[in-house]
Amino acid sequence: MVVPGRGQSVWLVLLSSAAMAFLAVFALALSVTAAQLARDWSAALAQTATVRLSAPPDEMDAQTALVLDVLRTTPGIAEARVMVPAEQASLLEAWLGPDVPVDALPLPRLIEVTETAEGPDRQGLRLRLAAEAPGAVFDDHTRWRRPLAEAAARLRAFALVSLGLIGGVTAAIIVLAASAALASNGQVIRVLRLVGARDRFIALAFVRRISGRAFAGACAGTGLGALALLAIPQAGGSVHVLAGLGFSGAGWLLLLAIPPLAMVLAWVASMATALKVLRGVT
Amino acid sequence: MIAFDDVAHDYGGGPLFREVSVRLEPGSFHFLTGPSGAGKSTFLKLCYGELLPSSGRVSLMDRDVRTLSRDGLAELRQRIGVVHQDCQFLDHLSVEQNVGLPMTATGRSVSENDLSDLLGWVGLGSHAEALPPTLSGGERQRAALARAVIAAPNVLLADEPTGNLDWDMSQRLLMLMIELNRMGTSILIATHDLQLIRFAKAQVNARVLRIAGRRLQVAGAGL
Repeated sequence: MVVPGRGQSVWLVLLSSAAMAFLAVFALALSVTAAQLARDWSAALAQTATVRLSAPPDEMDAQTALVLDVLRTTPGIAEARVMVPAEQASLLEAWLGPDVPVDALPLPRLIEVTETAEGPDRQGLRLRLAAEAPGAVFDDHTRWRRPLAEAAARLRAFALVSLGLIGGVTAAIIVLAASAALASNGQVIRVLRLVGARDRFIALAFVRRISGRAFAGACAGTGLGALALLAIPQAGGSVHVLAGLGFSGAGWLLLLAIPPLAMVLAWVASMATALKVLRGVT
Repeated sequence: MIAFDDVAHDYGGGPLFREVSVRLEPGSFHFLTGPSGAGKSTFLKLCYGELLPSSGRVSLMDRDVRTLSRDGLAELRQRIGVVHQDCQFLDHLSVEQNVGLPMTATGRSVSENDLSDLLGWVGLGSHAEALPPTLSGGERQRAALARAVIAAPNVLLADEPTGNLDWDMSQRLLMLMIELNRMGTSILIATHDLQLIRFAKAQVNARVLRIAGRRLQVAGAGL
């Protein structure tokens, strides 16, 4: 009440809070999505492996049977099955198109291996395969899994750093806005000091205004950010990160934390600024 | 209540006044006079702790202002009412809200009746909802006086309170302060209006202080 509700700092706080909350929505979504991707990719690749078998056509079936026998008698292997040509065509579709004549290509035979929770002795399995079927290569996806997991972890770290930067910039803007508000209300401060108001009362009068505006701006920014996320086309089954950017189910509730956090940040930043400025006023 | 012991003050260009020793006792009535630029406003600012003396000691309610914390000074100011010539209102608040500010700003409540009575006492009962910029000079001064006394201060300081008022309004404002003094409030009015001082001395036992030649003197009966 004692601080007039007008001035440029009003719009500065409102707009900057809205913009920062909007960006925070995307950073948070990126962080959550990256974490989910890392979990999904790891889960999908962790307990599967592939044996790639190359052999002359007339020996292919015999070699395949030999490899299956080795796999089924290896501890740590839950299941091993030969992928049918249609499945191989599906895997190649992304690279060669939908009409690839798989039968006409000299493709290796692929055997999908499902591991138990403990997994096999990979080195021992490779040695056995080399001895029994020299054309068989055991691929446990390690060289795919590691970079994917690293990429997801870095993406998440990038998102978290972005959230930190957004918080820092918001705090800096709030400090500027609080300083501007205090500077433009010198008369209010003088009068309040004159009538015996303590610094804390005066600071709170400004802090309530500023943090209230920060909350309102953050609500608007978060709402717009959520709408923008919903507007991103969701491509089912795509591995493209942007296609999966967003939240699912209760994950949307995370957005509810942004406005209160913006208000707390504004409260702390403006209170510190106000008390510092007031120390210079008699 | 307010005591100056060998006080000097300067703004960096030599002393404005020095060797000032004076006591404003409870229930006393003082005028502070002197030529423009003599340091009347500075003297008043020293009286409510807005300025610290360059040397010497200023005590407010028996406490050295130099030893006061900011909160301690704020508490003392709740016992000192100040009326400025320019009134210093918050223009976005109504007269009623401005008058009640010393209470709301210190977490105290004031009843509607008390506020209404006070505004009636200064003749502003019908202006409670008005904004300060819409008031005349006399009305602003009376509203400033109401704000200064709402918290029942021990001492009232007024800096040229009648500077912009005609004689009738000046008399009216002075009578309000005399009434306050009769109820026990110490009064110190800085003014160069000798007619006002003579009028007051006819009503109340007022002491006149004069800043001249960088010293504070007790003025003679010839005023």
